[in-house]
Amino acid sequence: MTEYWQEISALTMRWVRRLSREKFSMLFTLVQPMLFWLIFFGNLFQRAADTQVTQAPNYISFLAAGVVVMTVLNNGLAGGVDLLFDKENGFLERLMSAPIRRSSVILSRFIFVMTITSLQVLVILGVAFLFGVEPATGLLGVAVILLIGMMFGVGLTAISMAMAFSVKSHGDFFSVLGFLSLPMIFLSSALVPLAAMPGWMSFLARFNPMTWAIDAVRPLILSGWSDALPHVAMVIPVMVVFDAICLYGGAKAFRRAMG
Amino acid sequence: MERAVAIEVNRLSKAYGTHQAVSDLSFHVYAGEIFGLLGPNGAGKSTTLRTLITLLHPTSGTASIFGHDTVREADTVRRLIGYVPQERAIDRFLTGREHLQLLSALYHLTKEEAAQRINELLKLVDLEAHADRPAKTYSGGMKRKLDIACGLLPDPKVLFLDEPTLGLDVQSRLRIWEYVRMLKARGLTVVMTTNYLDEADQLCDRLAIIDGGRIKALGSPTELKVALGGDIVSLTIKETDRIPGLESALAGQPTIKTVRATGNGLDIRVESPEKALPIILETANRLGCGIEFIEYHRPRLDDVFIAHTGRRITDTAEQPVE
Repeated sequence: MTEYWQEISALTMRWVRRLSREKFSMLFTLVQPMLFWLIFFGNLFQRAADTQVTQAPNYISFLAAGVVVMTVLNNGLAGGVDLLFDKENGFLERLMSAPIRRSSVILSRFIFVMTITSLQVLVILGVAFLFGVEPATGLLGVAVILLIGMMFGVGLTAISMAMAFSVKSHGDFFSVLGFLSLPMIFLSSALVPLAAMPGWMSFLARFNPMTWAIDAVRPLILSGWSDALPHVAMVIPVMVVFDAICLYGGAKAFRRAMG
Repeated sequence: MERAVAIEVNRLSKAYGTHQAVSDLSFHVYAGEIFGLLGPNGAGKSTTLRTLITLLHPTSGTASIFGHDTVREADTVRRLIGYVPQERAIDRFLTGREHLQLLSALYHLTKEEAAQRINELLKLVDLEAHADRPAKTYSGGMKRKLDIACGLLPDPKVLFLDEPTLGLDVQSRLRIWEYVRMLKARGLTVVMTTNYLDEADQLCDRLAIIDGGRIKALGSPTELKVALGGDIVSLTIKETDRIPGLESALAGQPTIKTVRATGNGLDIRVESPEKALPIILETANRLGCGIEFIEYHRPRLDDVFIAHTGRRITDTAEQPVE
């Protein structure tokens, strides 16, 4: 057990070191492009968005939940990239020829991605706060938001790692990534509530786990516990199923790639 | 005296779908020797190596390191081996020392053990002065040295090197050869793949020539060359259209073992050059072939390779990158 922990912490430290060496990347990771969605998109649509439709005092406060979950989405889907490069340059083989548990590499990646994502979610909520968005459910609500984000993130990171282990080249990886990310955002309640969407889009959005996550995060920010609790109670089993499917697929891809 | 066997490979096959990467490979490696897997790219060298280091499961057959099966006892095998991957298996953002620290944790060394061993290794590969710089500032040769230090960190009984000098300049190659010899002197068993004939010739105690996933020849470089028998006479002929005629006229003549057409002449394996040369010259003269150039030499490893595979190693080998 102590050996297992030694492996995981050393591998996690490697990801942290890498990030800290890439000064620009760190800047762009922590002061995320997602913030631009909140600051620019949020302010841009302030008057274009109908508060009757969004059911929120202003568009930024409506959008905050969407941006939080979009951050989880993008980080999760990109979570496998470093393993992809490790696979391509042989570093992964070097790690795998060491007497470590096969799962250590994967777990270190989960720990790292989840930590960074949580930090970013906090930054986004902080910036939203500066624009006057105060989470209605307080600090406990923020903790629940982080929990939902992590549950969604685990499944996404598993998908990303499964792709990293399965694709032939990193070109394939990035094209699939680009193909997945935008439809996931548009076919969710991130930018517009389901009720205001064209029928076919809101129908599709209902099958998007992202919608479930956003619909739980949004009342935590906007309205309060009585509104939020039913959604939170729904999203947790949904995410458990989502994670189970993704982790199963990820484990299969990993075993296939690692012989 | 029986020599201790470090690696035993028994009827090993590996298929990817319908593609047979390696078929029915059997060989063993003695403890303390440098063993080479020589062949062009795609010959099955890397597949064989990756099976030995537990990263691939064979489709059939077995491989064992000091008696431990690479599939069933993978974890034990991983404690016995060190591995130096083909190229640039380096994290460019980590320093040399951090690479070694990471691996120390993966081999479950204590902090004190790790610190001591890391310092020894950095001294050994002459990287002490650069240990705390990120690897992206390293030259190709320095990266290779770091690779080797990483392979040696677990204090392995067997070290696996995948194309250790691919793409390196001449001086770095010679340095790497020196290291490998030094490791052998320290009692290590070394298994390396290469598609450089001179490297196999200079460095390996024994080698297996692999082509199309099969072993074509196995033995020490000297044995392989002697087994070929006789010398090689190479002719360059002006009238290239007459080469086939000369080829068939010479085949089967006394003291001439084999005749093989090259682009601009013939390579003729002969039992004794003294007896063969007059026959060759007389036949060429009779057929009106003007000889532009003639030389004869003891068999070299490339002659061995051609004799067993029917082609030059460079015919399919990729050019070194960088």
